[in-house]
Amino acid sequence: MSTASVLFDAPGPKTVARHRIYTVVALVAVLAVVAFVVWRLYVEEQLTYEKWEVFVTPAYIQALLVDGLLVTLQMAVSAILFAVILGVVLGVGKLSDHAWVRWPCWAVVEFFRAVPVLLLMILIFFSYGIDRGSSGAYWSVVIALTLYNGAVLAEVFRAGIQAVPSGQSEAAYAIGLRKSQVMNIVLLPQGVKIMLPAIISQCVVALKDTSLGYAVAAPGLTAVGKLIWNGEQNQVPTAMVVAALYIGANLVLTAIATWVQMKFVGEKSGLEVSMVGNLDGGRNA
Amino acid sequence: MNVVLDNADLVVRAFIYTALLFVIAGIFSLVIGTSLAAMRIGPIAVLRNAVAVYVTLIRNTPLLLVLIFFRIAGPKIGINFNFVDIVIGEIRFNNLFAACVVALTVYTSTFVCEGLRAGVNAVPLGQAEAARAIGLPFAGAMREVVLPQAFRAAVPPLASVQIALLKNTTLCGIFGVSEAFFRMKGFTNNEPAERVGIFLTFALIFVVLVEIISFMANRLERRWRVTT
Repeated sequence: MSTASVLFDAPGPKTVARHRIYTVVALVAVLAVVAFVVWRLYVEEQLTYEKWEVFVTPAYIQALLVDGLLVTLQMAVSAILFAVILGVVLGVGKLSDHAWVRWPCWAVVEFFRAVPVLLLMILIFFSYGIDRGSSGAYWSVVIALTLYNGAVLAEVFRAGIQAVPSGQSEAAYAIGLRKSQVMNIVLLPQGVKIMLPAIISQCVVALKDTSLGYAVAAPGLTAVGKLIWNGEQNQVPTAMVVAALYIGANLVLTAIATWVQMKFVGEKSGLEVSMVGNLDGGRNA
Repeated sequence: MNVVLDNADLVVRAFIYTALLFVIAGIFSLVIGTSLAAMRIGPIAVLRNAVAVYVTLIRNTPLLLVLIFFRIAGPKIGINFNFVDIVIGEIRFNNLFAACVVALTVYTSTFVCEGLRAGVNAVPLGQAEAARAIGLPFAGAMREVVLPQAFRAAVPPLASVQIALLKNTTLCGIFGVSEAFFRMKGFTNNEPAERVGIFLTFALIFVVLVEIISFMANRLERRWRVTT
C-alpha cells in the first residue's frame, strides 16, 4: 500500500512490532488454510494421476481449448458486438429530444436491465432455439446476452455522452452542425474514449454469463467440462480447470481494460459499470 | 396466462424461495464481505495480499461454476450439507438450498468486499489527516470521520451488488431449488404455447422486486448524502 493511507497513520515502533507478530500469525493461518485444502484433496484422492490424466491428454486439451474456450469467447464477442450496436441505438434514443423516442428506449432499457438473463434465455430458447439443435442453443445465449448487455451499455453510452463537456456540443451547434452531426462527429467519438474501460469491463460480465448456457445445453467451456466429468467422474479437477480457464480469460480482459484506461483516460477514474448499472441508485443517475 | 393463474400458489411459493435465497445470502454476504474488506484494507500485508488473490479469483469465476463446485464437485470430497433439513410450513430448507446459499454467499461477498473498499478509498486523505490533527485517537477518527463517509460512498455499489444477487438467485433453479426460474422453466416446458405470458409474468415480478431494492437504496443514499 502507498505510504499515506486514509485509515492509518505512519506506525510507531510499538505498532511496527505488533504488526510483525500479526504478520507471522496471519502467515501461519493462511498457510494452514492452503495446507488443509491440499490435504483434504489428497485424502479424498482428488490429486491422483488418473483424475488429472485427461488434462495432459492432447485430445482433451484440444477439446477444452477449441470446443470450450474458443466457442465461449466467440459467444461473448458476438454478444458484445451486437450489444454495443443495441446500446448505441438505445443510449442515443434515451437522449433524444422527442419524447416518443425517449420513453420507449427508457422502458426497454429498464426492463432488460432488471430481468434475469436466465429467464430471457429460456424464453428465447423455447421460441427459437429448441428445434435447431446446438446452434439454436448457441444463438439463444447470444441473443439473451445481447439484450441484457445492450441495455446495460445503453446506460454507459448515455452517461459517456453526457460526460463530454457541454461546450463541445455548444461549439458544434454554433458552427452550424445539425443534431445528428453533433452526435456523430463531436459527441460520440469523444464519449467512446471515456466509455471504453466500462465497455471492456462489461465484456468480463458477458464472458462470465456465457456459462449460463448450461441451462439450455449450449456449447462452450462449461458444456465441455460437463462432458469430461460425466465421462471421467473427476468433478473436482474439472471444475478447477474450467474455472482457471475462465479466470485466465477474464484477467486478460481486465488487463486490457486497465491499459486502455491508462492510455485514453489517464489516472482519473472513468465510468464504473457498477455505478451506471444500478437502476438510478448510482451517482450517475 | 392460465397456467400461471391456475398455479398461483406455486408461483407464490417460488418467489418465497427466491426471496429467502436473496435475504439469507444477502445478509451473510454483507457480514462476510465486511470482514473480507477489513482484511483487504487492514495493516497486515500478508492478509491484504491473500484476500486480494482470493477476491480476484472468485470475482472472475462465473457464479455457475461456484454453484457447480458446491453442488456437483463438492459432494465428491465430502462437502455436502446433508445436516441441513428444516421444514417450516410448506417451505423446506434442504441440502440443495444450503449449498446454493453458500455458493451465492461466497460469490457475492467478494463483490461486497470490493464495494466497501471502493467506499473507503473514496474518502479524501485530508479528512483523516484533519481528524488526527485535532487530536482524535484512531477509534475516534474511524468512528466519527472515516467510516461514516465510507459507508455513504459504498451505498450505490452495494445496492447494485444486492440487485445482482437477486437476479443471480435464478441460477439456483438450475440446481434443483424450486425458486422462480425453476417454476418458469417448468411452466414453459408444460405449456410452450403460453411462453410469452409466462415470461412476462415472472419478468415483471422481478422488475418490481428490483425497483423496490433500488428505491430503498435511493432513499438511503439521499438520507445519508454527504453535503458537499
